[in-house]
Amino acid sequence: MLTALLVMSVLALLLGSVLGYSAIKFRVEGNPLVDKIDAVLPQTQCGQCSYPGCRPYAEAIAAGEADINRCPPGGEEGIQKLADLLGRDFVPFGDDAAPKPKSVAVIDENTCIGCTLCIQACPVDAIVGAAKQMHTIIESECTGCELCVAPCPVDCIAMVALPQTMQNWKWQYPANSVTQAK
Amino acid sequence: MRTLHTFHGGIHPDEHKLESSRLPSARAPLPQHLLLPLQQHIGTMPKAVVQAGDKVLKGQLLAHAEGTISAAVHAPTSGTVQSIALHAVLHPSGLPEQCITLIPDGEERWIEHAALDYRSLAKAELLEKLRDAGIVGLGGATFPTHAKYGVQQGIQTLVLNGAECEPWITTDDRLMRERAAEIVQGIEVLRYLAQAAETLIGIEDNKPEAIAAMRQACEGSAIEVIAIPTLYPSGGEKQLIRILTGKEVPSGGRPHNVGVICSNVATAYAVQRLVGHGEPLISRMITVTGNVKTPQNFEVLIGTPIEDLVRLAGGELPGSTGYIVGGPMMGLETSDSSLPVVKGSNCIIVKSAKLFPAPDPALPCIRCTRCAQVCPANLQPQELYWFAKAKNLGKAQSYHLFDCIECGACSYVCPSKIPLVQYYRFAKSEIWANERDKEAANLARERHEFRLMRIERDKQEKAEKLAQKEKAAMAAKAAAAGVDEIAITVLREQVREIAQTKE
Repeated sequence: MLTALLVMSVLALLLGSVLGYSAIKFRVEGNPLVDKIDAVLPQTQCGQCSYPGCRPYAEAIAAGEADINRCPPGGEEGIQKLADLLGRDFVPFGDDAAPKPKSVAVIDENTCIGCTLCIQACPVDAIVGAAKQMHTIIESECTGCELCVAPCPVDCIAMVALPQTMQNWKWQYPANSVTQAK
Repeated sequence: MRTLHTFHGGIHPDEHKLESSRLPSARAPLPQHLLLPLQQHIGTMPKAVVQAGDKVLKGQLLAHAEGTISAAVHAPTSGTVQSIALHAVLHPSGLPEQCITLIPDGEERWIEHAALDYRSLAKAELLEKLRDAGIVGLGGATFPTHAKYGVQQGIQTLVLNGAECEPWITTDDRLMRERAAEIVQGIEVLRYLAQAAETLIGIEDNKPEAIAAMRQACEGSAIEVIAIPTLYPSGGEKQLIRILTGKEVPSGGRPHNVGVICSNVATAYAVQRLVGHGEPLISRMITVTGNVKTPQNFEVLIGTPIEDLVRLAGGELPGSTGYIVGGPMMGLETSDSSLPVVKGSNCIIVKSAKLFPAPDPALPCIRCTRCAQVCPANLQPQELYWFAKAKNLGKAQSYHLFDCIECGACSYVCPSKIPLVQYYRFAKSEIWANERDKEAANLARERHEFRLMRIERDKQEKAEKLAQKEKAAMAAKAAAAGVDEIAITVLREQVREIAQTKE
């Protein structure tokens, strides 16, 4: 009886100390789930989810504070990916958040007064310019977040949908090709 | 006698080759206008070096190659550049592409050109000549030839593809029958480039005349002509390599991974035109067949509209329903006869309801796996279909979707008539699009994180500067105060001293 108790307590102590040691030694900084969610998000940093950027939204999802249908740029595929990742059900977009075709911002360079407000608003530093100098947008780096549109005092920034080219053209899903047997 | 190997699967569709292979080839007359897309190959779009209104000579450079994987475009005849503008081209998207419209003057005046002594040229120089002559793989994939031969080292086998396994097409057949000696000269140049120990030409045994002609032309040389059994798609690069050498090109790999390099016989002929005559790639052999009066092969200037060629073949017969450019298994369908033929076009088939009946509506997959039995890439097409249909792209990729060569053998045998290849094309282009999006997202994340870091750093730097300034001000103040105190102490000392002396 006493031996058994002794053995059990020694074992408990031993295993407990191993666990305690590994908890310190292999401590994971931050929530690894946040990284996984962040990898799925489209990184437009547009704030349409009401969080200041993709990572804060990922943190909110991981903490269970935000729903997975708050990211219009990710599209329905994005919701599906989040649902798969988190083992949740697919949630359609609400009325306030609908995906738009992918576009980029374009500055009307004749109207631009060089106020630098858009440069400060751009989350990915995709606008080049200096005070009282004309600004322009690096198209390949623009995420289409629209954050530069509102601050412009002369309304010279427009969102232009990306045209379809040979490079971004895709084969269509074969339409109505499978008829259901009756 | 060489032992031949086999690849998995394969099919025997109706050949329909005799229609067009009976007649010798003819040279197509000059069309009213030529339409030359700048992008006629895989790789970067070349840059136009002429302007609307320019007079050009036959063989003159119109657009020069940009970057490593690119090829130049030349004027197929002398004439005037009418415009450089967007025009519909042969592409499944139907999107317009930059094209040069050339109005021939009918004089066929050549630019200065001369044969090359290629053996005196270094390999790099010769490759540059190929690029500047716009020579690309003419088997259909139009990969720039200089790029293919540029990266290779340790090649044991050079394989020449004369299989021409797709039904209806007979261009390589006629070319080998009529110009065997020239092809062999071109092959010699490719041998010089590849430095391969052995050179094999694979030709399907349904072309006995071509085999005989090539054998005769190769007599006394180290090139071996091999008749292979007729089986679609034995002309697929990986399949032909498997048949001739028994080597399996690894999944996701290229032939040079197993020490093999493969080119079409028509490419060898184009190389001969350059080396033997100094001519860039401005024409090619094209089969015009199907629902036309006299199916035949023509030597055609690149950029000739489809309608001109159909007219040459005696015109469309009643009941025509459109055109296929390429073969019926892998070609592109179009209804626009004003589209031009390009470097990669090897065949024009005029469709009719009788020759190409509209496909029956597709029925659900019954998982009979006949597609898996015929797949030459050894894939599981029924699984790939399942995943592509469900848009389960990751799973499709893990079942080696990208090893699919889109030969159409699976759709051909499918008892449910499911357009399987369309599903694979859809899945492939979705995966490419996702990869592009992912790259863009990674770039955006990186830039956003850098911006946050920069803002934080600026803030800290400002704070530090402020702190330093404050510290300096304090020190200055303290110093000023210190000076006063010393002065006062000194004064006090003096006062005391004076007082003491007075006492």
